[in-house]
Amino acid sequence: MDELVATMTAFARTLRAAGVAADHERTQNLLRVLDHLDVADSGDVYWAGRLTLCATPDDLPRYDRCFAAYFGGERAGVARTSTTSVTRHLAAETRGEADGGDEKTAAPATASRAEVLRHRDVATLTEAERAEVHRMLAMLRCGRERRRSRRFEGAHRGVLDPRRTIRDALRKGDVARLRHKRHTTRPRAVVLFVDVSGSMAPYAESLLRFAHALVRSEPRATEVYSVGTRLTPVTAELRHRDPGTALNEVSKAIPDWSGGTRLGEELKEYLSRYSARGAIAVIASDGWERGDPALLGAQMARLARQAHRVIWVNPHKGYEGYQPLTGGMRAALPYVDDLVAGHSLAAYERLSERLAHA
Amino acid sequence: MDIESPAKLIELLDRHAYLADEGLATAAFLALRMGRPLFLEGEAGVGKTELAKTLAALLKAPLIRLQCYEGLDAAQALYDWDFARQLLHLKAAEAAGVTDVGRLEGEIYDRRFLIARPLLKAIETQPSVLLVDEIDRADDEFEAFLLEVLSDFTISIPELGTVKATTPPVVVVTSNRTREVHDALKRRCLYHWLEHPSFDREVAILLRRLPACTETLAVQVARAAERLRQADLVKPPGVAETLDWTEALLTLGAKELDPALAAATLGAALKYREDVSNVLGNGLLPHG
Repeated sequence: MDELVATMTAFARTLRAAGVAADHERTQNLLRVLDHLDVADSGDVYWAGRLTLCATPDDLPRYDRCFAAYFGGERAGVARTSTTSVTRHLAAETRGEADGGDEKTAAPATASRAEVLRHRDVATLTEAERAEVHRMLAMLRCGRERRRSRRFEGAHRGVLDPRRTIRDALRKGDVARLRHKRHTTRPRAVVLFVDVSGSMAPYAESLLRFAHALVRSEPRATEVYSVGTRLTPVTAELRHRDPGTALNEVSKAIPDWSGGTRLGEELKEYLSRYSARGAIAVIASDGWERGDPALLGAQMARLARQAHRVIWVNPHKGYEGYQPLTGGMRAALPYVDDLVAGHSLAAYERLSERLAHA
Repeated sequence: MDIESPAKLIELLDRHAYLADEGLATAAFLALRMGRPLFLEGEAGVGKTELAKTLAALLKAPLIRLQCYEGLDAAQALYDWDFARQLLHLKAAEAAGVTDVGRLEGEIYDRRFLIARPLLKAIETQPSVLLVDEIDRADDEFEAFLLEVLSDFTISIPELGTVKATTPPVVVVTSNRTREVHDALKRRCLYHWLEHPSFDREVAILLRRLPACTETLAVQVARAAERLRQADLVKPPGVAETLDWTEALLTLGAKELDPALAAATLGAALKYREDVSNVLGNGLLPHG
């Protein structure tokens, strides 16, 4: 029996190394299950392990591989065919078409300067104009959709609160009045990923300032990460009241400004450590993925399953005729609920509006 | 009922016209033997719900079903007080001149005023099969709550005390995987991913469930279903759909699946207009 325990524990360890979440508790479950099966039958052992150590369909091909390697391949035939094929990295070939767009926003003659600035691409602004846009960003008030929580609070209207009505009635000896209750609400969480890689350099600062406005308006329901070559949480830095100080702190925290983008790997890291359950996930990136687009696609699928909504903010979306052609963008698109522009103050305002009514 | 091995369970399920493979049978066997919930994941129509129904029939136990949806809460899943009857009782007591609050309270929170919802009902009914259907549709708060109930099969009702199952119900939790279910809940359960059946198994299922079906027709339908599942459809047909489809064909007196009949009955297999036009437009149906 001891030998069995040792074998199974080592097998679970192999699985963990292969990326299956076969933790201690699951291993204990496996040992319990084996009490009821025939440990000499490789079929029984196969199913005992699969039923207790796996938790998602993604685990199954890994499980089959490990089982075959570990127990000598008798069950290799059961392996599910993996649907992920190696997709060619398209970013290099498809880059470049979005940049050439002329500034076409024709401002009406009567519009104020601020109104014109609202629609200008932040990448094309002069220093002074940019400073003005940033001031306007700092004043952006970001509402947030509120979701119903499971808690109730007393209210004058709403559904009847039988518990309190009956208690009241008992206390006063008469059903004096009906009490009501309704669900309390809480703001829906937002998780924002800001791409700070080289190709996003003209937009990263404005996006982070937008992130600052988001954090400031819902400090407990907003999380911000910078992505590039690594995932860096920057929410704490963005909590500073003053946007200048906050941005300064953020820039110190981010080690990988203007590098490449490995969004797939970073999302994978995010998803294995944190959760976007029920939140609105916002990814601000141009989708010029350096990593494997297939990996990005798989992580986006996971994210989409967890999150309430997935919004992709692409600065180039603001231009007429924009087509999401980069490899990363194409891999991610099937899992994105909204693809929105992110190049101007007006675009940020619309995004904020969308987060308020997602 | 004593079921000594997964093989025996395969046989018993077969008697109730449910053809299970080794994996599913092992999962169900362990769920019965160890009193652990069975978490079944897989695309719609692969037979997750059907398994719960068949287990109930096989164990001669009532099937208690909790259909999940967003916003499902404890009062709808566990129990609720029959507020209207409680108030009537208070009124009647008042008319009779009862003023003893302690006594009134005792009377009002009596078991007869309690409405058992599926989870409480399953814990009180022995034996029973509890089907928690489409858990992926409920919100995550509900999962946490379900986890608590499934951990010790105990429900505490503040006014009444604790209700505990002497033998836990057989629990089948299903998910269509429209979102990720929390790991803690899955860890409590045996996890099984249900695939569409293999070609041979599907033929066997059609013949088993529809005695009027000829072998030729079953083979043709199963082959067509296999092809449809490989096509890029919004909702590929599950076993439930191939059964419906075959039944529709049988109703029309079909002995074989010819293209005209297939096109006429396709609506039984495919549930999206895009899919139907995709299949008809791309000639995915059998030819002559």
